[in-house]
Amino acid sequence: MWDYTDKVKDHFLNPRNVGEIENPDGVAEVGSIACGDALKFTFKLDENGKILEARFKTFGCASAIASASAMTEMIKGMTVEEAAKVTNQDIANYLGGLPDEKMHCSVLGREALEKAISFYKGSPVQAEEEKIVCECFGVTQKEIERAVRENRLSSVEEVTNYTKAGGGCGNCHPLIQEIIDSVLAQPGATLPVIPKLSNIKKIKMIEETLEREIRPALKHDGGDIELVDVVGNRVMVATRGACSSCQAANLTLKNFVEVKLREQVWPDLVVEEVSA
Amino acid sequence: MKPVYMDNNATTSVAPEVLEAMLPYFHELYGNPSSMHSFGGQVMKQVRRARDQVAALLGASPEEIIFTSCGTESDNTAIRSALLSHPDKRHIVTSRVEHPAIRALCAHLATQGYRVTELPVDAEGKLDLDQYRRALTSDTAIVSLMWANNETGVIFPIEKAAEMARERNILFHTDAVQAVGKIPIDLAKIRIDMLSLSGHKLHAPKGIGVLYLRKGAKYSPFMMGGHQERGRRGGTEATPSIIGLGVAAELAQKKMEVENTVVKGLRDRLENTILATIPNTKVNGDRLHRLPNTSNISFEFVEGEGILLMMDEFGICASSGSACTSGSLQPSHVLRAMGIPFTMAHGSIRFSLSIYNTEEEIDFVIEKLPPIIDTLRSMSPYWKTGAKVCEEA
Repeated sequence: MWDYTDKVKDHFLNPRNVGEIENPDGVAEVGSIACGDALKFTFKLDENGKILEARFKTFGCASAIASASAMTEMIKGMTVEEAAKVTNQDIANYLGGLPDEKMHCSVLGREALEKAISFYKGSPVQAEEEKIVCECFGVTQKEIERAVRENRLSSVEEVTNYTKAGGGCGNCHPLIQEIIDSVLAQPGATLPVIPKLSNIKKIKMIEETLEREIRPALKHDGGDIELVDVVGNRVMVATRGACSSCQAANLTLKNFVEVKLREQVWPDLVVEEVSA
Repeated sequence: MKPVYMDNNATTSVAPEVLEAMLPYFHELYGNPSSMHSFGGQVMKQVRRARDQVAALLGASPEEIIFTSCGTESDNTAIRSALLSHPDKRHIVTSRVEHPAIRALCAHLATQGYRVTELPVDAEGKLDLDQYRRALTSDTAIVSLMWANNETGVIFPIEKAAEMARERNILFHTDAVQAVGKIPIDLAKIRIDMLSLSGHKLHAPKGIGVLYLRKGAKYSPFMMGGHQERGRRGGTEATPSIIGLGVAAELAQKKMEVENTVVKGLRDRLENTILATIPNTKVNGDRLHRLPNTSNISFEFVEGEGILLMMDEFGICASSGSACTSGSLQPSHVLRAMGIPFTMAHGSIRFSLSIYNTEEEIDFVIEKLPPIIDTLRSMSPYWKTGAKVCEEA
């Protein structure tokens, strides 16, 4: 049995936004019944260009239904530009993670979103002559390259989990390996150890680290710290109590707080003090 | 929540009588049957009794019974033994719907210089005996065909197939893991060289299997070790499990009638009601030549995993041949071999009953299932209300 999170189960048993919008601003159909999952997605914008309504219909397993439900929830209230930035990893994170073998469900959600946005912009993704790598599931070279790049995949098995490519007869495995090698050989494609985190996850992990490792120490000296915002790698905090008037507070932030957070959350973050 | 367990082709509950018979052999009567002292000797007597009980179920002689650790070990032993005892022959005949214990082994052997013929099946999962006959060659070392299919319950004409192999002097093995205990088998009447069975499919515990080896058949052991099982399978006997399997075999013989009347009746009512109340459903496999406990039904335009998880909310246990549950990305190899269309294969559910199922449980599933299918279909982009009802074969 798959190890689904409670959130996946919830979105499967109580899916949000099932259905189809009449006269939608954006529409997309991805996947196929032969491949085992398919998704029809529609959205409508309000007068301010924000996504007012998003609906889906899915043929597929529990995680495919949950991914579509999650995606429609996530993008409501977003502008089209904001929605276009949602990645498959964001969808998976929203659900508290998906089993590795089910990551392709989140990719299907992202594909539908992207295709519907293209439809809205009047530039439906062209069925350009793309090289099909996996004949069993009709996966193109571009799709594999993108999944490898965006999710930092390094093995054929991972590519299969994310795109289904290679999950049938297996004839394309050498070709997939070549694609992985060529993408990884490109500059900037070195593999970081830390997986890509969504902002929500970052904030959650920072809060947990503050609570567990940092606050107890600061409180010992009568001080405290609060997270104000996270923008990219910048983690903005405000000091409280004794810390806010302490000369050494800045040193503490750099040598203690930042070191701890880098250890526990992600290595490139920079802690900044703001007055909030 | 007490489970409504209809997944008995996956595994069964250990029968209370079996459990009771086993218990003394863990802590009190833990002697090694090979020991010289009477403390071990009394256990040997019980192992011997179990061998008699299993032999009786199969219509075999006790010395033809080799205890193994599971059905997979029995399958592996049978095929490897045949190849080792016929080093000059390099061909294996099997089918496209075998259990992975056979398929994976044959796929491996194909990389080791052996030629493997996988016989196709028709849309109902049936074998073409003429095609089978043509596949047998003077280079064929062994034929391995399952007695009954684990997914559809379809029964192969093993008696005829074994006879045709014998005419060509080819060793014949059958994976009878799903058949033993569910349908009568009499090896005194059907000449088969090797047969595999697994304890946990007939209310004995997991981790015990049997390889039946016909007296006089060529054999080469797989597990080398002590003199146990007359040197045909080394390793200290799993005494509690062997004793449990003996009791289970005796029970199965007693309950054979119930299995083929009462259990079959439950299965038929479940199946017929589902077909009558839920549109666009179809039974997979030959309904005439089928195990009495198995029903494999496809629900068009929905995906099996969703059905299973929604049934799971009510404690209903079944299984599916859909891609999402098979661990691979394609639907079950059995349904694909039968050419079941994708719209149907992804939405297949297997119910497999046992003597412990009740009329109330059938009522419960019949009540809970239609709304589940409705819910999933309402989410499916392929489902249109009033869609053409598929042709019932």
